[in-house]
Amino acid sequence: MSDLLDAFALGVRAMFTYQAIFFALLAIGLNVHFGYTGLLNFGQIAFAMLGGFGIAISVSKWGLPFWAGVLVGLLAAVVLALLLGLPTLRLRADYLAIVTIAAAEALRLLFRSVSATPITNSTLGISAFNGGFLRLSPWGTSGRYNILGTRWNGGELWVITVGWTLVILTSVLVFLLMRSPWGRVLRAVREDEDAARALGKNVYSYKMQSLVLGGLFGALGGMVYAVGTGSAQPDQYQNANTFLAYGALILGGAATVLGPIIGAMLLWFIIAFSDSALSALLSDDRTFFGLFQINEVFSQTDVAYARFIIIGLGIMFLMIFRPQGIIGDRREVMLDAR
Amino acid sequence: MTHALNRAGRRGDRRSARSLLPAAPFAAGRPGGRRPLILALLIAAFAAALATVGPGVAHAEGEQVRGTLTTSASGPIEGVTITVETPDGDEIDSVETDEAGRFAVDLPGPGDYVVSLDADSLPEGVDVGSAGDTRTVTVETGRRLPVNFGLTDGTTGGSGRILAIQLFVDGLRFGLLIAMCAVGLSLIFGTTGLTNFAHGELVTLGAVVAFFINSHGVPLIAAGLIAVVVGGLVGALNELGLWRPLRRRGTGLVAALVVSIGLSLAARYLIQTFYGGRSNAYIDYQSQRARDYGILTLTDRDLYSIIISVIVLVAVAVMLQRTRIGKAMRAVADNRDLAASSGIDVNRVILVVWVMGGALAALGGVLLGLSDQVQWDMGFRLLLLMFAGVTLGGLGTAYGALVGSVIVGIFVQMSTLVIPDDVKYVGGLLLLIVILIIRPQGILGSRARIG
Repeated sequence: MSDLLDAFALGVRAMFTYQAIFFALLAIGLNVHFGYTGLLNFGQIAFAMLGGFGIAISVSKWGLPFWAGVLVGLLAAVVLALLLGLPTLRLRADYLAIVTIAAAEALRLLFRSVSATPITNSTLGISAFNGGFLRLSPWGTSGRYNILGTRWNGGELWVITVGWTLVILTSVLVFLLMRSPWGRVLRAVREDEDAARALGKNVYSYKMQSLVLGGLFGALGGMVYAVGTGSAQPDQYQNANTFLAYGALILGGAATVLGPIIGAMLLWFIIAFSDSALSALLSDDRTFFGLFQINEVFSQTDVAYARFIIIGLGIMFLMIFRPQGIIGDRREVMLDAR
Repeated sequence: MTHALNRAGRRGDRRSARSLLPAAPFAAGRPGGRRPLILALLIAAFAAALATVGPGVAHAEGEQVRGTLTTSASGPIEGVTITVETPDGDEIDSVETDEAGRFAVDLPGPGDYVVSLDADSLPEGVDVGSAGDTRTVTVETGRRLPVNFGLTDGTTGGSGRILAIQLFVDGLRFGLLIAMCAVGLSLIFGTTGLTNFAHGELVTLGAVVAFFINSHGVPLIAAGLIAVVVGGLVGALNELGLWRPLRRRGTGLVAALVVSIGLSLAARYLIQTFYGGRSNAYIDYQSQRARDYGILTLTDRDLYSIIISVIVLVAVAVMLQRTRIGKAMRAVADNRDLAASSGIDVNRVILVVWVMGGALAALGGVLLGLSDQVQWDMGFRLLLLMFAGVTLGGLGTAYGALVGSVIVGIFVQMSTLVIPDDVKYVGGLLLLIVILIIRPQGILGSRARIG
């Protein structure tokens, strides 16, 4: 029982870590794409990678200050969004899906290739670039702090403070934008592209703006992740992360402002809770209803895979049985390919 | 590149000592599957013959470094001086390779050692690889450690291979593989409108099933056939258990696409849970040497891979063109409502498409595992190239998938002439983006489909 309580405590702590912020920002971006505009971007992690590496490369390879790195990362995300959008946004939805997933994988392969070593350090990645960020912290970053029974070190605390501020700011922005005429056009595009076009709206341009905006949020997420881990490695930005972010979005509720945040926090609770609960289950010789010993069949490394299986199945069942997620409106998510 | 080295070690381990000694270079034995650069260098092999007790081995229990010097052109190299020192420069021993090119040096105990080769005593034309003539190795207790100097022939002579043609044929093999996997993907899209992101997992499944059955001693051909049947069954299960009920519920295409993403994620990591993260080769057909065909070299297994792919694809084409069910498939893909109203049982046709798609994907996986080893995410990586091929040919058309995939396969392999090997997939994916700009409906697609 105490194992479960520990797992629960870890799960609650995980809801506030920079990983949760990372997925919240990815999901907020995807919400703009998928929830409000109906764009299927399966390469959100590429934007995050450009954000993280934008800082890392600018600071440690080009010697620029930290804030310049942030600008470089955001700029790179805009360029990527334009490159992806130009050929695909005039076509049916699944073309964008294919191209974005391909581009994300291609970029990761490119960043981790041996020939990219001078810029990205290949698979080793870049570290020690967040000094400029940590120096901005109003409190000491090396100390340890106790908050409501959970322990954080100062650097972590500074990252998550900035991170959650970003989450709140972007959410407020999304809230305001979606109430504006601009946001209403996006929803019109999602519901019926032809109708929006018939009303004289330049659908292509609106889709492109949406892709850029959501991509920027993704890049911010990647930056939080990069300063959170203190390093940027191409393999941190695996494609599966995009799907985890989709899981968070659908869980919370697409096309709602708070959905992605709730989803990301819950997702990390589920991941941390199931990881530590499963590990505890494997640590002593428990049997599966007396049939076989659990830790003889599953090893500790399998626990790491379990989260992806759970999330994958979760995405499927949510999409089938409750596509609106926890707080969404079913009428808003009855999407269909055009 | 470490990947290739691992493979070298493992291949060497598995072979018996005797088959080693004529020393087929492992890289040349696998023309370019994934490492044409190595091939281009004609790396000569060394091989770790754990089973061999070479001459001059006093006590087999102790630590040892050993190896074989040989290249394909020169054969085993005799009389090369190998010196083993401690990192501080104290010499342990200095030996010359025997008539089979082998050397073995007993060590006083586990630890770090520097093994060096006297490059001057190598025969004319043979040179040490880019890593130089010394190796620093760490020997663990009781281990007889193989050391590879990666000798090269310098010239590409002997076989007279032309790299471009070699890569072309290899790309053809790869492209036919992609095509086999992609035909199902394209037909599923054509008949149901579903962009099935979980198709890659059918490919992985085929390879993994074949690997497991093969590793229990069943010949690979039988194991492969079982894998194909399993693939077909899983395809049917996909349709009956998931997609048909979803169609009945009226789930939208975008929702279905997201469901397939979830399925892909869950299936991929489920496979990893059972299979693990390693890459493994089948037991059979691993020690084949490349045959020399004048302008290119090809192992028998690659040759048969091409032959099998061609036969299967021709059979699929004939089926689509001539048989009743094939015509029905094309009819459903062309216009589902019209097909239904002319008396075609659309659901049955879709089921057959799924069985066929699953079986073909599994067969593709079996063959891919033969050339590239079995890995838990091999199908997912192939999926992106399948999409590239299918889009190039025209989404939803069976022949388009075929043509497009072959072009993508050849393009990806041939692109290594200009770009590094480890980014060759990037080229294929860039091709995809370029196609979408120039001709989004693909080579054989119709304008109306793309929205």
